[in-house]
Amino acid sequence: MLLEVRDLHVEFHTRDGVAKAVNGVNYSVAEGETLAVLGESGSGKSVTAQAIMGILDTPPGRISGGEILFKDRDLLKLGADERRTVRGREMAMIFQDALSSLNPVLSVGDQLGEMFVVHRGMSRKDARAKAVELMDRVRIPAARERVGDFPHQFSGGMRQRIMIAMAMALEPSLIIADEPTTALDVTVQAQVMDLLAELQRELDMGLILITHDLGVVADVADKIAVMYAGRIVETSPVHAIYEAPAHPYTKGLLRSIPRLDQKGQELYAIKGLPPNLLHIPPGCAFHPRCPQAREVCRTDVPPLYTVDAERRSACHFWKETLDER
Amino acid sequence: MAELKKEPVDATPNVAEVGTVNAATEAEAVAAVDAPVAQGEPILQVRNLVKHFPLTQGILFKKQVGAVKAVDGISFDLYAGETLGIVGESGCGKSTVAKLLMTLERATAGEVFYKGQDITKLSGRALKAVRRNIQMVFQDPYTSLNPRMTVGDIIGETFEIHPEVAPKGERRRKVQDLLDVVGLNPEYINRYPHQFSGGQRQRIGIARGLALNPEIIICDEPVSALDVSVQAQVINLMEKLQDEFNLSYLFIAHDLSIVRHISDRVGVMYLGKMAEIGTDTQIYDHPTHPYTQALLSAVPVPDPDAREGRERIILSGDVPSPANPPSGCRFRTRCWKAQDKCATEVPLLAVPERFRASDTPAAHESACHFAEEKDVVHAA
Repeated sequence: MLLEVRDLHVEFHTRDGVAKAVNGVNYSVAEGETLAVLGESGSGKSVTAQAIMGILDTPPGRISGGEILFKDRDLLKLGADERRTVRGREMAMIFQDALSSLNPVLSVGDQLGEMFVVHRGMSRKDARAKAVELMDRVRIPAARERVGDFPHQFSGGMRQRIMIAMAMALEPSLIIADEPTTALDVTVQAQVMDLLAELQRELDMGLILITHDLGVVADVADKIAVMYAGRIVETSPVHAIYEAPAHPYTKGLLRSIPRLDQKGQELYAIKGLPPNLLHIPPGCAFHPRCPQAREVCRTDVPPLYTVDAERRSACHFWKETLDER
Repeated sequence: MAELKKEPVDATPNVAEVGTVNAATEAEAVAAVDAPVAQGEPILQVRNLVKHFPLTQGILFKKQVGAVKAVDGISFDLYAGETLGIVGESGCGKSTVAKLLMTLERATAGEVFYKGQDITKLSGRALKAVRRNIQMVFQDPYTSLNPRMTVGDIIGETFEIHPEVAPKGERRRKVQDLLDVVGLNPEYINRYPHQFSGGQRQRIGIARGLALNPEIIICDEPVSALDVSVQAQVINLMEKLQDEFNLSYLFIAHDLSIVRHISDRVGVMYLGKMAEIGTDTQIYDHPTHPYTQALLSAVPVPDPDAREGRERIILSGDVPSPANPPSGCRFRTRCWKAQDKCATEVPLLAVPERFRASDTPAAHESACHFAEEKDVVHAA
């Protein structure tokens, strides 16, 4: 296994109390595999990713428990210098908003080349040549002429390509993409996802794709982890979950999105609101919104039950959920 | 100051001419604007609407060096009680259309008829009456509500401008009624926006839009900032309100699935022009414009089995700049069907000749020289 997150806990100390953003998350990614982490805002999907990358703001954040095994080493036990070497060289991240993630006062060539100067000790001149090569690889037209351009001179789709180029630069074995196409238009989104999938295949990288878009997940993922209030509520290979979800939250999400290929009836709406992380409901965090909730859901936190060899569901009544469609 | 170079705006001959001339007096105009419209009759008719934003150079002597052609001659009708969806990518001009209809921007050319009155030429009391009847719900529920005002003040402010709708003593009760209508607790009237979640804030925005009993609500990306589980709640609410108050919606969004769900008819915009317009079935199941086909095929559908079965049209390149759009058909630089004709002749938005005689669903208005039907939504 390339990456294994075990029982990760992250909390944020705020003026109003302790917000438990991540409460015991487990997931794993193998080489060449795409794991989609699905969840709404505040579900802890991005915080988990930041903890893996080691870019969590501490304080106010604090990793209060768990292990992050990357190539059998626990990243949480490494020193800052070692961590820095892993980050960038062996794992890289692509952010949602390319414009604010790129440095506006450096040319893209300098920013891409910096990777090679810092991590590989190349000369500025060689690094520049490498930058052009990378820009070609992510199919930015006229790379040689544009290598001196600044981020604002590129369109949104092109900027996201530059982000991808930067993440790919040192051929890492794991890429974390946090909502990489959310800010892009659909036609450009398709281009960027295609590019990402192609490069992943070429380099046999593991990919963690963080998203809230069930359509994107169905398109590219091998397996999926659904998060709610800092916990994994369901993990599954991608086909099975769309056919028969084993958690009421997943089921509600799938039923609440309108369809492109037919005009539906009234949309199913999950009642209520996502929980406040300062006051996560006791028992199953989803119970106040769950149509199947019973007494036990109010008191007992459901463990991740084994549905079959590849599927887990954190619902006391996963069997019912699975059967009744 | 240099004059804006006059460019011929291509007419769209297929849409009926709107005959009515503006009323002679203000009182007549107000009366016309307040007259009821029967269900299914056009309530808003847009004709060759143009908005160019000038690009200038120099500091002291500003010289106009060009124009961003945000909206460049579009025409459509909105019928009473229907939802017209407008889709398109960023920069296609859909939000500018919304601002023009709200008369928040002055049109460069063209007309917008609201019940036969051209609102681009109205002023004073008549314009105020129009503005009361056309309201807007904004995209971002976080920035479209004043953080220093209570919910009661935000919604009640509309009555300060239009006091005829609710007399002073009744305003508070009216606001509470509105909160109830949109599914919020009427006791929240003294709370501030930050005390609400995103979905609740959007409900406040909707309540504000409803306050003056408008006939048309222009919704600019009303749910795109919301989480999936909350989106459905807001969409359902908007559909319920439409039935209850007989509203017409102009629903602007980039999420094609949501637009299909809520719309009766859909218009597809590209670079300031309408590429295709028709009923939801005509557009989604029988698109004839290559851009619509590419757009629909690019939408990821939540069904892993469709991965292989669906044809994907991946467009190359980006949308060209609206300051310097391609000649002829604006889509030709990214179109796989483009020929010489496309560079020289602007395709008109009309029912393509080959479909005109038959009554297939493909027979709807499409601005393409080589329109042909292609199903890209359903897996083969």
